[in-house]
Amino acid sequence: MNFFKRTIPLIIAFIMGIMMAFQYYVPHEASQSLLKVVTRWGITIAGFAVFIGAYSLFHLHWNKIKRKVPGWGYSNFVFFGAGITIIFGLYNGGEFFLHDKQEGTMFDWMYFNVQVPAGATMFSILAFFMASAAYRTFRARTSEATILLVAAIIVMLGRVPVGALIWEFLPPIADWIMSVPNMAAKRGILIGVSIGAIATSLRIIFGIERAYLGGGD
Amino acid sequence: MERLLKIDRRIIFVFVAAAVTIPLLIKFDLPVIATKEVRGIYDKIDSLSEGSHVLIAFDYDPASKEELQPMAVALLHHCFKNNIKVIGMTLNPGGTGLADSAITEVGKEYGRKYKEDYVFLGYKTGVELVMINMGENIYSAFPKDFKGNATTDMPALKDVQSLQDFDFVVDLASGSSIEAWIAFGKEKYNFDLGAGCTAVIGPDMYPFLQSKQIEGLMSGLKGAAEYETLINRKSSAVAGMSPQSVVHVLVVFFVIFGNTLYFMTRRKK
Repeated sequence: MNFFKRTIPLIIAFIMGIMMAFQYYVPHEASQSLLKVVTRWGITIAGFAVFIGAYSLFHLHWNKIKRKVPGWGYSNFVFFGAGITIIFGLYNGGEFFLHDKQEGTMFDWMYFNVQVPAGATMFSILAFFMASAAYRTFRARTSEATILLVAAIIVMLGRVPVGALIWEFLPPIADWIMSVPNMAAKRGILIGVSIGAIATSLRIIFGIERAYLGGGD
Repeated sequence: MERLLKIDRRIIFVFVAAAVTIPLLIKFDLPVIATKEVRGIYDKIDSLSEGSHVLIAFDYDPASKEELQPMAVALLHHCFKNNIKVIGMTLNPGGTGLADSAITEVGKEYGRKYKEDYVFLGYKTGVELVMINMGENIYSAFPKDFKGNATTDMPALKDVQSLQDFDFVVDLASGSSIEAWIAFGKEKYNFDLGAGCTAVIGPDMYPFLQSKQIEGLMSGLKGAAEYETLINRKSSAVAGMSPQSVVHVLVVFFVIFGNTLYFMTRRKK
């Protein structure tokens, strides 16, 4: 079993990793065809991830309901919401799922009247928590925190139209903060993350990193 | 003073709610001046000739609608006004409805015909894989559009074989898709790319602006408001600038007031 669960995936990862890394530098027609085939396979495989995602979600919330963990009542809404959406999605306005998506169906109604306002509400609630956190925890305790606080105030005011009315130099100073210190820090982080991603990719290709195979036999 | 520092957060919430609603009720205009980042996208689209192809990736879901949908609508107005063919798509499964409604409504406003002047390709899973597949052959990635029509002989896609054939690509993102469009799209298939994103993601995009890997950037509702100002069609984003400004001032006031109380309490101790 170890051969199928460990060795074969490691061989596939090694061959595909090396092949696709070299493919990038080979502009031959065969190489381009290979890329097209592999990416189509990738898209197909990625499509199956939705089943794993759905299983994982339902499994998690089913266990919460079964064990009556705190807040288990909310898990019922996962099944209720998902169930209704799936039913109306498959019903497809009476044309059923084998036909192309119909317009003006109950599925669309639920999207525009439930998902859209609910999603926007969740995001807008952030403003309330940010204001509360700013008042309660954003303190100039150290010199670093003071620099951060002053920069935040300048950017917060300089990035909205009222900033120019308060002081005409606020927007240019905010732009400078974004374009110079912010950009430098972000680039540093980006380079670090990219090097890390390359290192991890190499570790996976050469079978050093095996966490993606999952635990146990 | 200690009590003021430990004020019930619900009182702060009331202040924020008032700061959002009052400017919406008592309407007042604030000057919105376009920054060079937003102007980069506007100038690029303005420079395109009639019949050019612009690909708009609506890579966001309803949670980011308030920031990104005004951007999408403003962009679509600019494209349709200039007689540019618009190809829409999304890499976010939650984005199909918003993208379809935006592209259809604005297209109808200008009397544009579906399949001839614009098309919505719909959602495809795989993110980077979809980009690479589109770079090799767009019909391989999207053999059918969102409504189930075959894309191969669609007039809106005439002369388009792959990503390279688009005159401009704009990604409107609420996640990390802009970096993916740069790494797996622009750098590999060499096309001009513009980006629009939520205000939270905006600072992450500055390295790409400086390296000219993106032609321009619209960040948050302010970016959308700037674009609306540039196309001279002030709408929901410009209207949103008043409450946003008031809330920003309120948060700054909270920070200063909170710190003043903190230092006064510390000195007392």
